[in-house]
Amino acid sequence: MTATVESAPYTVEEVCEHFDPVMGLEVHVELNTDTKMFCGCANAFGAEPNTNICPVCLGLPGALPRVNGTAVESAITIGLALNCQVRERSGFARKNYFYPDMPKNFQISQYEDPIVFDGYLDVPLDDGGTWRVEIERAHMEEDTGKSLHIGGATGRIHGADYSLLDYNRAGVPLIEIVTKPIVGAGVRAPEVARAYVTALRDVLRGLAVSDVRMDQGSMRCDANVSLKPKGTEEFGTRTETKNVNSLRSVERAVRYEMGRHAGVLLSGGTIRQETRHFDEQSGTTSAGRPKETFADYRFFPEPDLPPLEPSRDWVESLRAGLPERPWERRARIQTEWGLSDEELRDLVNAEALDLVADTVDAGAPPEAARSWWVSYLAQQANTAGVTLPELAITPVQVARVVALVGEGTLTNKLARQVVDGVLAGEGEPDEVVSGRGLAVVSDESALTTAVDEALAAQPDIAEKIRAGKTKAAGAIVGAVMKATRGQADAARVQELVLERCR
Amino acid sequence: MSWDTQRSGAGPVDSELVSLDAAELARRIHAREVSSVEVTRAHLERIEAVDGPAESGVHAFLHLDADGALAAAGAADRAIADGGPVSPLAGVPIALKDNLTTTDMPTTCASRILEGWRPPYDATVVTRLRAAGLVPLGKTNLDEFAMGSSTENSAFGPSRNPWDLTRIPGGSGGGSSSAVAAGESPLALGSDTGGSIRQPGAVTGTVGVKPTYGTVSRYGLVAFSSSLDQIGPCARSVLDAALLHEVIGGKDANDQTSVSAPLPPVVEAAQAGARGDLAGVRVGVVSEFSGEGYHSGVLAAFTDAVRVLGELGADVVEVSCPSFAYALPAYYLIAPSEASSNLARFDAMRYGLRVGDDGEHAADEVMSLTREAGFGAEVKRRIMIGTHALSAGSYDALYGKAQKARTLIVRDFTAAFETCDVLVSPTTPTTAFAIGERSDDPLAMYLADLCTIPSNLAGNAALSVPCGRSADDGLPVGLQVMAPALADDRAYRVAAAYEAATAGSAAGPRIPELRALETSR
Ligand SMILES: [Zn+2]
Repeated sequence: MTATVESAPYTVEEVCEHFDPVMGLEVHVELNTDTKMFCGCANAFGAEPNTNICPVCLGLPGALPRVNGTAVESAITIGLALNCQVRERSGFARKNYFYPDMPKNFQISQYEDPIVFDGYLDVPLDDGGTWRVEIERAHMEEDTGKSLHIGGATGRIHGADYSLLDYNRAGVPLIEIVTKPIVGAGVRAPEVARAYVTALRDVLRGLAVSDVRMDQGSMRCDANVSLKPKGTEEFGTRTETKNVNSLRSVERAVRYEMGRHAGVLLSGGTIRQETRHFDEQSGTTSAGRPKETFADYRFFPEPDLPPLEPSRDWVESLRAGLPERPWERRARIQTEWGLSDEELRDLVNAEALDLVADTVDAGAPPEAARSWWVSYLAQQANTAGVTLPELAITPVQVARVVALVGEGTLTNKLARQVVDGVLAGEGEPDEVVSGRGLAVVSDESALTTAVDEALAAQPDIAEKIRAGKTKAAGAIVGAVMKATRGQADAARVQELVLERCR
Repeated sequence: MSWDTQRSGAGPVDSELVSLDAAELARRIHAREVSSVEVTRAHLERIEAVDGPAESGVHAFLHLDADGALAAAGAADRAIADGGPVSPLAGVPIALKDNLTTTDMPTTCASRILEGWRPPYDATVVTRLRAAGLVPLGKTNLDEFAMGSSTENSAFGPSRNPWDLTRIPGGSGGGSSSAVAAGESPLALGSDTGGSIRQPGAVTGTVGVKPTYGTVSRYGLVAFSSSLDQIGPCARSVLDAALLHEVIGGKDANDQTSVSAPLPPVVEAAQAGARGDLAGVRVGVVSEFSGEGYHSGVLAAFTDAVRVLGELGADVVEVSCPSFAYALPAYYLIAPSEASSNLARFDAMRYGLRVGDDGEHAADEVMSLTREAGFGAEVKRRIMIGTHALSAGSYDALYGKAQKARTLIVRDFTAAFETCDVLVSPTTPTTAFAIGERSDDPLAMYLADLCTIPSNLAGNAALSVPCGRSADDGLPVGLQVMAPALADDRAYRVAAAYEAATAGSAAGPRIPELRALETSR
């Protein structure tokens, strides 16, 4: 079917002359646990289709779910970081609906008693202020498989010639974080929406519970928008926009829907409660296939899983282990390192700030740590087509390289080779140093200098060598080995001596 | 291969072997008086003689694996010959209800929608049976997805009661009960959601046990109603059931509803009970389980059983459990509700039947066409009831209210067990009815589980032990013994004492009926 693209004739300023926008944001986050939510299959992105599957996540008859304790821990930690209450007794529920990529045709989720609820996040805005977004709840659920619809015009199931199903993602642990209605943001509503999702992403990254990659789908946002005529209290009819795959899209989707709603309402129309699809290219939304029937998910308590009753001690130990909030950490770092706003922004944009900070925490001086991440490592990431956090080197490893340079074991040039070795999977920096023989004395220039010095110190022997008596080179090699306390490669020194005397 | 050539003169022992209890078979096999292969072969021959044809035989089995059984028996014989420790039932044949997953046999749930499906994994109970050296013979018939009380809802035709082949063998586990009653297998596994082990046990004169919910893993049991389903033993003696119970029971990490508490000492209890002393045991007769709808012959047999328990030293009192009146309606909301969700997975996408995959139909249409063609009428009825009970407009009035009734039933049990160690009742209000008699009247069919359902709703232990025969029609009657959760041993003790006191009359002559069956064919 062809989607009708409706125009959004009103700017947010115009919209807000007549209406107050109301938003509700639902963010799904895939947890980065080793295994899936209810079975032992690997939770991995990008594997061959249908390789990380078992009777449980395929929903085979007779199979039963078993809860992943790490996922529960992550859910509680997320709740605590969002200032939520942790429910003493919560449970799973079944959400029933038919879809080919849902192995059981129900999703194990949480319904009336989510594990964490009633929290808030103070979200930093562009002007330095903050906006408090209230959190309704966060709950655990399992992801569905993936459908790939082949043929047809839209890439959706209707009109496709056939579909391929990949159940690797089925059963991957998800946390759904739902805000309370965000009211009163006015013209800043699109910005608040983007700022909230950004802040949430940063918090979750700080907790290391998820990859939070919107481009890979490990973080997904559904934006609910409605308009309330100024001076009234009742919320308008809302639409839910899906397929919002970047932070920028969150802002654009909210802005577009605000304008579209206003256009419909001001021309005397009514908004249909529906799911809409965001198009990254055009920045517009389009209606999904209208639902013929009201979706009744027939939630009921999951009889295969007992209630969750996290102990108070456990919850408190998780609370005690919460890291500093990312933006608070940023402010502290900026002061401590004396960074300009621009320098700070560059670090943040390059996703380097946390890496630099962690490198500093691991013992490196701030300037050296920053320099490594924004120059050499940034180039390597660029060449490899990955982001800095995805590079196969940790802040602790970078700090060790910095230390090796500091103590004179490595020159800067050698240090880059050590980093290359770490990136190539050759092990820890010290292992690369010994594996590649990269202590400072194997530095060609250093060795050449040592050879030249030895030749200069024994000009008669140098003369003999130049005259073709290569056996005389032994004396020079011996002197170089002595000067480098035996750490040079003698054969290479021999070659160098002959080269320098050619 | 020396295990059967070592024995000489393996004469016509068949009819004797197939009449022996599992404990006695195990004793002889372990003493190497007979080999497991001979025992297995005898049962395979028995099945050959009486099970078919599907239209007129016992029809207990949907699938037979003679080669697999003989191989397993051979392995058991070698283990015994090696002299190492073997489990108490090693070498004994067993039949498996066809809603338990098995890697070497299909698992159909007696449904067209799963016809021919070969699971890639064994149910935990099957794994445990294999590890204990039991010999799976095949898969037994049931009402489709265990929904029914007669096996008439099997897509592959009903099983028949060995006592009278025109009658039902109970359900849903009528295949397992009739296999045990007919001497086709000394043991079987069933699953009991509202009485599907106990009611077939009662009407076929065999022992059927529903263990405490959570004490036997459900992993690999194709779910009908997850909060009610419980796997349990079918046998010809209380001790045999206890021996099997100990093989299959205990915590399983793959089933998070399985409990960590140690399994009650059921074998010990069965042995203690067989010594016949029930002094000081408080037995409560549930007054609600009598009256209209109960056959006089069933009530007479039950009254006589209560008298026997008194003679064995038990203190018999009458107790009232008024909320049991809600059990049947609550069950017929909760079980279909869970079933409507559990059976949603049969959608033609990954396994089983697929209808309409012709390039003309969209995925949702293929799902609908498959479910329309693959499910029988009773399954559809329950899916619809359950879907309705969970829907937004009726959840509170139906599913919610049923859960409240369930709480009241639990309270009645709790109160009754404050004054009684066990409760007793007839297992089912009538003896085996005729095939076809209740097919058009689901409500009459549902009444067969009137006495058994409360224990599923409360999750406590309950069993049925043969209780003589009805004076009305000469058919077997069952005595139900109910015990608190995790006190299964009490039910075993009382049942074993009763069984010992009535030996030869209560269990009834099982095999002669089958002789008649054989010669008639
Ligand atoms: Zn899995």
